[in-house]
Amino acid sequence: MTTAAMEPLFEGADWSFFTLQRIHDACEEIALSELGLDVYPNQIEVITAEQMLDAYSSTGMPLFYKHWSFGKHFAHHEAFYRKGLRDLAYEIVINSSPCVSYLMEENTATMQTLVIAHAAFGHNHFFKNNYLFKTWTDAEGILDYLEFAKGYIARCEERHGQIAVERTLDAAHALMSHGVHRYPGKSKLDLRLEERRERDRRAHEEQIFNDLWRTVPAGPSKSAQDLGAERRRTVLGLPQDNLLYFLEKSAPRLQAWQREILRIVRHVAQYFHPQRQTKVMNEGTATYVHYRIMTRLHEKQALSDGNFLEFLTSHSNVVFQPPYDHPRFPGFNPYALGFAMMQDLERIVTAPEVEDREWFPDIAGTGDAMAVLRDIWANYRDESFISQFLSPRLMRQMRMFHVCDDPARTEGVVVEAIHDEAGYRRIRRQLAREYDISWTDPNIEVVDVDLAGDRRLLLRHSVVNGCLLQDTAATHVLQHIADLWSYDVRLQEVDPTGTVLREHVASPRVLPRAA
Amino acid sequence: MNIVDRRLNPRGKALENRQRFLRRAKGVVQQAVKQSLQSRNIRDVLDGGEVSIPMDGMEEPSLRRGSGGTHDRVLPGNKTFIEGDVLPRSGGGGSGRPDKAGEGAGEDAFRFVLTREEFLNVFLDDLELPDLAKRRLTETEHESPVRAGYSVSGSPANIAVNRTTRLAMMRRMALRRPSPETIARLQAEIAACEEDGLRLVLEDKVKALEAKVRRIPYIDPVDVRYRRYENEPKPVAQAVMFCLMDVSGSMTEHMKDLAKRFYMLLYIFLAQRYRHVELVFIRHTDRAEEVDEDTFFHSPATGGTLVSSALEAMRSVIAKRYSPEDWNIYAAQASDGDNSYSDEAATERLLKDAILPASQYFAYLEVGESGRESVSHSALWRLYERLRAEGAPLSIRKVSHRSEIFPVFRELFQRRQGHEKATS
Repeated sequence: MTTAAMEPLFEGADWSFFTLQRIHDACEEIALSELGLDVYPNQIEVITAEQMLDAYSSTGMPLFYKHWSFGKHFAHHEAFYRKGLRDLAYEIVINSSPCVSYLMEENTATMQTLVIAHAAFGHNHFFKNNYLFKTWTDAEGILDYLEFAKGYIARCEERHGQIAVERTLDAAHALMSHGVHRYPGKSKLDLRLEERRERDRRAHEEQIFNDLWRTVPAGPSKSAQDLGAERRRTVLGLPQDNLLYFLEKSAPRLQAWQREILRIVRHVAQYFHPQRQTKVMNEGTATYVHYRIMTRLHEKQALSDGNFLEFLTSHSNVVFQPPYDHPRFPGFNPYALGFAMMQDLERIVTAPEVEDREWFPDIAGTGDAMAVLRDIWANYRDESFISQFLSPRLMRQMRMFHVCDDPARTEGVVVEAIHDEAGYRRIRRQLAREYDISWTDPNIEVVDVDLAGDRRLLLRHSVVNGCLLQDTAATHVLQHIADLWSYDVRLQEVDPTGTVLREHVASPRVLPRAA
Repeated sequence: MNIVDRRLNPRGKALENRQRFLRRAKGVVQQAVKQSLQSRNIRDVLDGGEVSIPMDGMEEPSLRRGSGGTHDRVLPGNKTFIEGDVLPRSGGGGSGRPDKAGEGAGEDAFRFVLTREEFLNVFLDDLELPDLAKRRLTETEHESPVRAGYSVSGSPANIAVNRTTRLAMMRRMALRRPSPETIARLQAEIAACEEDGLRLVLEDKVKALEAKVRRIPYIDPVDVRYRRYENEPKPVAQAVMFCLMDVSGSMTEHMKDLAKRFYMLLYIFLAQRYRHVELVFIRHTDRAEEVDEDTFFHSPATGGTLVSSALEAMRSVIAKRYSPEDWNIYAAQASDGDNSYSDEAATERLLKDAILPASQYFAYLEVGESGRESVSHSALWRLYERLRAEGAPLSIRKVSHRSEIFPVFRELFQRRQGHEKATS
């Protein structure tokens, strides 16, 4: 690569707003022209440690409604931070347009460069281009929506009292993990299309009309009761796995403002849904991008050797993957795994080995690493990314192995697969599954409502691998559901054969007021 | 690209959420504060500090899988295993995985730091002096200045600049004081003037104007106004608390420690909540003396026991300084309950005739050896019980362990239902 020497961006550790501007411009040039990234306009905000803690505790958003749980998180983080047990993140970035990145004021100039490259270009590109974010989030509107939500909830508190609002919010928060739509619903046909379909159907019926069918004996007709149950389920849209949505639309005794609060919480949950599914990819992308940009800046001599070493120190801390027997092993580090996979892909595209050609015939040796990566960043999530692009070489490098812990085997846990020819695919499938949140989150659905009787709501947890719900938490959540539903609620945990393993029941705490 | 400096934004954005959190956690925080009192020095405790509370009612439940069932995991860092190996489960838990470290820790208890203000609020919540409002509480008044318009005299520190300049301007306009610009313009005309006659006329005019400027001052003493304050009387309940402590030889170190802890709490409570409550410290052996707070808490003394001596001292202080007509009088006495037999009659007489009729409330705290629950009551205890049965405003409690101090203290000064809150 040709390298035109640049002026150093800064000297020493100090920075000013002018330096930040220069750093941003230098990064932008590399990101746009050399890496071909496509980003939202950037907004960089410099904040203090306290503000960072604050952002931590209210899910990273710059404005949010008031709730005690955020105060709890703040107190918790603060206690840790004060004792020096935990460092704060260097940055927080928000998926909005303009894309807001928070920079801590304590960072050195090198760190600010790293953070700008990481957040303002890496994450930013990912937010703008990944299909999940495109489908589920509205970057332009989120801040306005939160502003509305904050105001709305404050007004509710004035009108209906803090306690009542808090109770609704508590319940909604408890259901947040089951308040998202997992698939985009089918789009409604417009009237014209509907009419045409109806006409076609009629024409088809006329075409195949045969009076003979009338004489064929019909099977046992469904009883009126069965038909009624079926109809009821259709009308209520059951089964429904978005519990918040169901309660918002169908809970019989909720006030209008309570429905709106459920809706707000649901929207927030939906907004964060893509982030939960793309931890590895998102961090991998950002880490890969900052690594490329920093290296390039160093090549151009915009970063001095000393600054570059400082960067490498923090970079290697970030992508450190402790082995399973390390005392502080937290599981896979999304930064480490993501970055390793991106680098591995770059290698496969530019300098493939025989094995890679066999495993990745579509991309091996095509030469343009950035084009391949951009395509991957746009069209995959963690689960599909890992199940398609985790290479045998990386599995060997990280020495992955698959263990199975079955309580029935008392002698211990079994090593199911290791990084060898026989195990690659099984390891890859298992690891991908660990990142599939529809696999890791318990699958709970509303299955029926006893409308004719006592209006009991029936939920079902489809148990996988014999993992039941955590008992106390389930009881608490069910209590919240019962409070929202205002009648009894029953949750059955059912295994694949249809046996009910356990049952939870809850009744609403306050007697339903006369409607 | 935009760079925004958010560091200047108002601080304490998280404050409201924090208050909501504390309100919700009130019960458990109080419990935690009580516990931290047992283990730490009171002075340290009052600086706020870390408390650890259980998660009761504070959890944010969600539907999660429990630990049962079959678990599959992919782990990095294989060294020696091959397919089919069976690894023993580490850790005591039935369904342990090879990685046991740091799981679940921090779930049961929740630690965070309370500020001094928050701590005292929790600590003193719901405490008050009983019957404070009953006596003639407005006898002496506390005054505080409030704004009351303007005056023509006053201290220079109170000059009302706006009002003064406004008046000065009105006066200047009314008297048509020439403005500096007018004179400057005339002078420019003079400079530009060619004709001698005209110049003389102009110069005269300027002189006249300047004389007028000198006659009419820019600010005259008649313009000056001062902010006026009036003292507004504020009713304050006058109260005095007598702290009577037995420091005789029969009190062991443990008992003295309990008594001191009790008074420390009392002292903090009064100092924080009632700025106008006076404190009188009396300690006694076989003779009593009024001491200052430092001596009371820190200096050692020993001797025989004559409870009446302390009561006598209290009576004389009341007679000298705190007339029962004007003061709400409170007393808290801590003792091991021993009294010399010959003194009992004197004690009872003093209490009945002098102390109790004058007092709003009298709290008696009997300190005992830790772990030893005495079956028979002490002489003092029996005496107080008898008096209470006769209807005296007395509260009596026993304490034998540190951990009981705070609950007993709370019991003694709990806000009573049915009494309106007194002004402090």
